[in-house]
Amino acid sequence: MEVVRLRVNGDERACGVPAHYTLLETLRYGLGLTGSKQGCDKGDCGACTVIVDGRAVLSCITPVWEAEGRGVRTVEGLGRGTEPHPVQDEFDLNGAAQCGFCTPGILCSAVAFLERNPSPDRDRIRAALAGNLCRCTGYEKIYDAVEAAAARLRDR
Amino acid sequence: MLRLHPFRYHRPGTVGEATELLANFGAEAMPIAGGTDLMPNMKHRLFTPGHLVSLNRIAALRGIHLDAAGARLRIGATETLADIASNPLVQQRLPALATAAGLVAGPQLRNMGTIGGNICLDTRCTYYNQTEFWRAALGYCLKKNGTVCHVTRVGKKCVAAHSADTPPVLIALGATLVLAGALGTREMAANDFFVADGIRNTRRAHGEVLAEIRIPLAGPRRRSAYRKLRQRGSIDFPLLSVAVVCDFDESGAVERIRGVVSALGARPRLLSGWDGIAVGSALDNGVIDALAERAHAQCRPLENAIVDAEWRRAMVPVQVRRALREVAVLPPKGVSAMRPAR
Repeated sequence: MEVVRLRVNGDERACGVPAHYTLLETLRYGLGLTGSKQGCDKGDCGACTVIVDGRAVLSCITPVWEAEGRGVRTVEGLGRGTEPHPVQDEFDLNGAAQCGFCTPGILCSAVAFLERNPSPDRDRIRAALAGNLCRCTGYEKIYDAVEAAAARLRDR
Repeated sequence: MLRLHPFRYHRPGTVGEATELLANFGAEAMPIAGGTDLMPNMKHRLFTPGHLVSLNRIAALRGIHLDAAGARLRIGATETLADIASNPLVQQRLPALATAAGLVAGPQLRNMGTIGGNICLDTRCTYYNQTEFWRAALGYCLKKNGTVCHVTRVGKKCVAAHSADTPPVLIALGATLVLAGALGTREMAANDFFVADGIRNTRRAHGEVLAEIRIPLAGPRRRSAYRKLRQRGSIDFPLLSVAVVCDFDESGAVERIRGVVSALGARPRLLSGWDGIAVGSALDNGVIDALAERAHAQCRPLENAIVDAEWRRAMVPVQVRRALREVAVLPPKGVSAMRPAR
């Protein structure tokens, strides 16, 4: 075991992990942050997506040491307290989640994307979420939610 | 759940420290940058290095800039594919490279994956990119732990496919690669970097690190294109890829033309016989058809991917024609159902 120091959702956290742990394993099994999901566990499905230094990345294939000294945001840190992030709120209002397994990863992809691209058209939203698989919704309601959230974030 | 084997993780700050670590640990160590190829491969137990040497904290391996004379673009090997695809200098001066980088995998993988890693990407095959459990059930294969190639059945040569998107463009552009090792650096043409051996298809020596990519620039009469055939436009590796670079003279005739086809065999194929067909002529439909036919004759894919090899071969002239029409600025012909997603 070695101690890894991470800045997760604004908190400085330290955690004892085996040296070969991924960021996802550290979040889920070291820090109890089980919002990020372990799906394919090999970089195909996007369920483990988190935001590192403003970019959406796959935590299941990120060695935990690469996240040291960088800012990590997970689905748990998108909203403030009991206040959901506008993207989360629009997912609720648009029925954009069914089983919900892919949702944390999609929320992280969408939030990182909208922070860099405040006025995207639908094609760009589709391209930005291309790395997240959803087997329930058929995606349209997800795009609706991200479009609506983009408009709300612009008005804020 | 796919667990990793135990290893130590090293984070050197300079190229010298990295190559020293790699030299000290020998065959036990591997370099890692974005990890998008190596980490899944380790989870499949295709590689089980005891030491990983991270290249991500080495400032000298970053940067996209023109050299002093303005004749070449220099790209640090750990620049991410996302940054290369969106870089204005790359988009303006090397648009086919921006296209290729932007068509690699999906958004998160482009945020992580680097151009150096893309160039050094391990070859891929239906019988190789599988879990340990899957491969053990089949008695393994020639590329890893086994003695039989399940593709050729009799062959003693691994035919796993080169599956990276940027090398075909880099070869067509005449790029060179800078390799750093414990004994110094060397520079070689991208086309010489690859060998036709699916087990290990590059000349990067063990312990060497790909440090920089140098790409010669040309004037406004150079045009280039990259096309990628894949199952899902959102994420997949290429089933077939085509890069074309053409220099036109003042009259609009072809002065020099290079085409590269890849994702079929163990290395990208620089097409032969193209200059003889096209130089001195306009790039019209007749010349395009002749070039596409010439490409078709040189490409014979094997059943190393999940999609039928005969169909992939039949798509060679189709994709070559589309790339050439893009370069010739001709309107696309017919329905373009496999148009890559941008």
